Amino acid sequence: MSKALVRGISRREVLRGTGALVLSFSLTPAVVLSQASATASPGDPGGGKLPGSLGKNPLLDAWIRVDADGKVTAFTGKAELGQGVRTALTQVVAEELEIPFEQVSLVTADTGRTVDEGYTAGSHSVQDSGTALRNAAAQVREILIGEAARRLKLPADRLHADTGAVIGPNSARITYAELVSANLLHVDAQPVSKLKDPTFFKVMEKPIQRVDIPGKVTGGGAYVQDMRLPGMLHARVIRPPSYGARLLPLDVSNIEKMTGVVRVLRDGRFLAVVAYREFQAIKAMQALSRVAKWEEVASLPSQARIHGFLLGLPAEDHVILDKHDGAGNVGKPVEATYTRPYISHGSIGPSCAVAHLADGVMTIWTHTQGVYPDRRAISEMLGMPADKVHCIHVEGSGCYGHNGADDAAADAALIANSMPDRPIRLQWMREQEHGWEPYGPAMVAKARASLDSKGRIADWDYGVWSNTHTMRPGPAGSLVAAQHMEKAFSPQEPEPIPQPEGGGDRNAVPLYVLANARVTHHFLRQMPVRVSALRSLGAHMNVFAIESFMDELALAAGTDPVAFRLAHLDDSRAREVVTAAADEFHWADRPTPAGGHGSGFAFARYKNLAAYCAVAMQVHVDRDTGWIRVLRVAAAVDTGQVINPDGVRNQIEGGILQSLSWTMFEGVTFDDTHITSIDWSTYPILRFGSVPESLTVRVVDRPGSAFLGCGEAAQGPAAAALANAVANATGRRIRDLPLNAARVKAATSV
Amino acid sequence: MIELRVNGQSHNVSADPDTPLLYVLRDELQLNAAKFGCGLGQCGSCTVLVDGAPTLSCVTPIMLLEGRQITTVEGLGTAEDPGPMQRAFIEEQSAQCGYCIPGMMMRAQGLLQRNPRATDAEIRAYLEPNLCRCGTHMRILRAVKRAAAMMTGPDASPSTHTPVPASAQPDTSETDGDSQRDRRHSEKRERPER
Amino acid sequence: MKKFFTRRLVVRLFWVLGALVLAFLLYAWRSPIPPIDAPAAESFDAAAIRRGAQLAALGDCATCHTAPGGETFAGGRAVETPFGTIYSTNITPDTPTGIGRWSQVAFQRAMREGVDREGDHLYPAFPYDHFTLVNDEDSAALYAYIMTREPVRAKTPDNRLAFPFNMRFMIAGWKLIFLHSGPYEPDNQHDAQWNRGAYLANGIGHCGACHTPRNGLGAEIAAQHFGGGEAEGWYAYAINADSKSLEAWNAEDLHMYLSKGWHDRHGDAHGPMAAVAQNLSSLPDADVKAIASYVASVMGNRSPALPAAGADAGAEKASLSAAPSNDTGAAIYATTCASCHDGTRALPFGGVKLMLSTAVTGESSTNLINVILDGLHAPEGTAGAIMPGFSTTLTDGQLESLVAYIRSNLGAQPPWTGVENTVREARSRDRD
Repeated sequence: MSKALVRGISRREVLRGTGALVLSFSLTPAVVLSQASATASPGDPGGGKLPGSLGKNPLLDAWIRVDADGKVTAFTGKAELGQGVRTALTQVVAEELEIPFEQVSLVTADTGRTVDEGYTAGSHSVQDSGTALRNAAAQVREILIGEAARRLKLPADRLHADTGAVIGPNSARITYAELVSANLLHVDAQPVSKLKDPTFFKVMEKPIQRVDIPGKVTGGGAYVQDMRLPGMLHARVIRPPSYGARLLPLDVSNIEKMTGVVRVLRDGRFLAVVAYREFQAIKAMQALSRVAKWEEVASLPSQARIHGFLLGLPAEDHVILDKHDGAGNVGKPVEATYTRPYISHGSIGPSCAVAHLADGVMTIWTHTQGVYPDRRAISEMLGMPADKVHCIHVEGSGCYGHNGADDAAADAALIANSMPDRPIRLQWMREQEHGWEPYGPAMVAKARASLDSKGRIADWDYGVWSNTHTMRPGPAGSLVAAQHMEKAFSPQEPEPIPQPEGGGDRNAVPLYVLANARVTHHFLRQMPVRVSALRSLGAHMNVFAIESFMDELALAAGTDPVAFRLAHLDDSRAREVVTAAADEFHWADRPTPAGGHGSGFAFARYKNLAAYCAVAMQVHVDRDTGWIRVLRVAAAVDTGQVINPDGVRNQIEGGILQSLSWTMFEGVTFDDTHITSIDWSTYPILRFGSVPESLTVRVVDRPGSAFLGCGEAAQGPAAAALANAVANATGRRIRDLPLNAARVKAATSV
Repeated sequence: MIELRVNGQSHNVSADPDTPLLYVLRDELQLNAAKFGCGLGQCGSCTVLVDGAPTLSCVTPIMLLEGRQITTVEGLGTAEDPGPMQRAFIEEQSAQCGYCIPGMMMRAQGLLQRNPRATDAEIRAYLEPNLCRCGTHMRILRAVKRAAAMMTGPDASPSTHTPVPASAQPDTSETDGDSQRDRRHSEKRERPER
Repeated sequence: MKKFFTRRLVVRLFWVLGALVLAFLLYAWRSPIPPIDAPAAESFDAAAIRRGAQLAALGDCATCHTAPGGETFAGGRAVETPFGTIYSTNITPDTPTGIGRWSQVAFQRAMREGVDREGDHLYPAFPYDHFTLVNDEDSAALYAYIMTREPVRAKTPDNRLAFPFNMRFMIAGWKLIFLHSGPYEPDNQHDAQWNRGAYLANGIGHCGACHTPRNGLGAEIAAQHFGGGEAEGWYAYAINADSKSLEAWNAEDLHMYLSKGWHDRHGDAHGPMAAVAQNLSSLPDADVKAIASYVASVMGNRSPALPAAGADAGAEKASLSAAPSNDTGAAIYATTCASCHDGTRALPFGGVKLMLSTAVTGESSTNLINVILDGLHAPEGTAGAIMPGFSTTLTDGQLESLVAYIRSNLGAQPPWTGVENTVREARSRDRD
């Protein structure tokens, strides 16, 4: 990775981070790898370490295979989630291996065929898998060239690879098919690779059209929901009405007699119906829901007072930044408290899985983000050896983190386990996805800072209160089905994700130069509501809070918000992204706030490790209704070496719009017993009426630098840019999300 | 047995009459495009055309659809020969996860078949019932605009696939010989603040 | 024989007619009030502005004075009347296109007498026959609120009215008969809360503008106050003693309905009433209670023809025995409607129990048909009931069968008449 990455992180912080590398939290091996590669160049991670995920999976033919007929198959442990990674990784392989793009096929996350790369999460896919594939492909190319050199009895440097063959002087040409032999690629990768010079890129850095879109718009089978296996049966689960509900004695005989019903399953609190036809299963599910009686316990705290409740929980304090370089003269401190509610993934397609137990092997087709971890959890749940459980990733709808996919896979497997040789398709209902998915945690942040006489930040104190942001499988106890079985598994103890990645404290340490700063992560162990990873984890909240606070400080200093940020940034790539977004937006020429119009700006580097992103926004706020209309959005992103510029743009646009929805409208609702936001009528999200009038994204390309993940870079900056624009438009600062019409109206009316 | 006309072909389906069209399309006719998003008529992922008008297939039992013309994304073109709406979505790379896209396409198709010169504001307002969670809205709008241009431009070609009449006569019990009933799909937005 | 119409008589008649016309024109003429400089926002008392905001909410000013997709209060919304189309005016304090140069006197004259600053008569589509009841203090509060809104430059479109309705001075004649100008006078036979409710409901609330039938000249028929009316293609039910709700409304029910927009034993507010309920939620609770108590008293004793409270059992019995066999309607209901309307989801998100809803027991089928055809659209960014529309799914015949089934078998009521026409009108209606 580029040396530029090291700037902006003090030596002390790197060492402090290194301490955190020795972790027992085995779910994030990718963290170790990205850290290792964070200090070196794309082709040379330094210190003898292998680049990206090669570190854990060094055999080249685990990544690239060339068949006797010249067909190239690449393997990645990552999954296509709709973020375009399938296309991007194919570009990477095609480029370094000098093969036409169309001739590379990519196999994604499959416990039977690909390496274990943990979860497709944390914006690591391109950084880790992309890096591994790029280096592997480059090394395979060199091996093939070396083999050709041997046969032609020529030095390797007189040969080069092109379009699936090695070319030499005097029209010498040997195809890869002719060169390849049984164990040629069954060798470990080397630490150093000869990567292509970006000047000669044929497919990388090009907006190659996504390979999956044509099928998706012409009715091709693309999703796990589209799978139809011979003899497949349709299943539905019946979930309890609330987390702790206890099932009372139940007579299912009438349900079993319903037309088409093959089986009614009961295992403790786990209830499911299986039928020949899908609608028969749905009707049986509805009938069983009416018949089942539950004993419920009012165990949820007050939603209206949730933040007070969270602040009152016992907290484990982790000081993640503590710097003191002499305070000097400071002015009156500025203080602010920010909050956000629980936020739902709200996947548009409720989770689904197909499971089939045959010949003692449980095969599960699932859209989980982590086929290996889900396999471990499910095998533990079923009491089967892990190598008898085969998880294959098939796309679902966008998940944006840990949604119901892992649980749907477990539900399907539990049902299939009792019905050998019958493929079982298990589809969650809308209410089940909304009601049972693990949410992004509700959070509180408190910021306090003082300015010196020059209007610069003299001291800074920031604290964030949050539950864990990961309860992913993991152990069987992370699965709802396993928690509800007769022989119930208990959920695992939540643990904080250590810095520099962080969970609730992700992006709690700003990238700004702060001589005196203290940042504390108040980790809350008790989770009244089911939570786990939602896209960008704590970054959405922390960047919303920090960037709102930066604007409050800029106002106190009488400084332009963009200038104020630049005055505190010495990371040159950060400065460039800030300047680019301001330029794209015409920040200097923006209208003075009047008539309800206002503009806002925000910046963050995701995890201080991944992509840099700045967002500027112009809004109009109607005082009488509280309605925010987003007029113009301009963003800039530096995501390192770009593989597919259109893919980057797509991700940033999508991240901004999704964040606008979270920030303007969303919050899970619950009473003292039930989650009450269980469909789109009770959990409204952005519709076309709220879409900005224009949105442009400028991609700052860095050919030759390391890959940086951009999939989560826009969530935080978009949220803060909106809040800052609203404050600019109305003169009122709102610090509690969502910025819905009722809240804005209350703050601004009269 | 109920006879359904889907994308110009007749099918005798064995599903019960109360089965929503969505499950018949997907499970019995093996058409993938229309998606299950909510089953409640709230998200639009299941949108198909019935006699040219966008209809939510998840809340429409097949017993109501005998004699009606049903069009799905598969009726707009194929992978080898995509129709204008499909080409537009491919050219604009208008998808992230893509799950909501067929519903968007059918909703837009219904609009453009009646109003090929729909303005940006009209397109935006018309797509309101359809949800996209990935935030692909800007591209969806561009794709629909592009499709409109393709359908009305100088090299606009008629769809090679089953044309669906813009206001086909439903199978009614009317005997008074009344002229074409205009089954305009009216929209009444209820903004809560007003 | 003497001619009756002698030259002298004819001449005299002409003089008399001329004098009458002159008298009428003099009567109709109103002086212009001089324009003022737009008052500064700071010159208004904050408490008055807040009170004005509440009154404007109750008066639903924004709904009429805002075009779909337009800026609040900037006018331009088409109001369809039997006489043609009238466009609501820009009432933002913009000086060229709004009312920025109106003094408070001019504003109050418009509210109380239906005359604009320049002396032109306003069409009673602006319900000054109700706003005339607003007292001086409230009028001043409304003025303070309106004059402190964002000025918006928007020229009001010209009205589309045929002769003679485009002659504004003719309205003076209408006013002569139908406008009883002047602020509300309390009725000593009722308590303070009732009077407050009557003042709000009949004044700024202008409930009767929708809920009272009108005569051929478009004026409310006073003798049938709250007897039912129409608004924008929806039916505003009778809210007097002729109310057709299955269970009797009381003040408590009305209070809940008006503040939340729904009541599980009466139905949901849709169409123009949805905005009203939304607006009422920003009023002080005491005012909503006052309105509820006033309307409840107008509903008074129920017509004995209707069953008393707790009548669901009776309705069910009636549905089993008396309703004609309607297999089509029953099948459509069972397959298309029951999953939500007989489901377990709580209101307002689940489907209302149709047998309890005035939409089913009421005197008009319009609202039920509207909702079946259009459904309920998702409110942007706010939780709210969403119902799919069935206009593309149901043929007219299927719709009529369904409506008949719901009316007879669920509502246990005699069939509506003219359902075919209502369906035809509903389908062809242009909605914004």
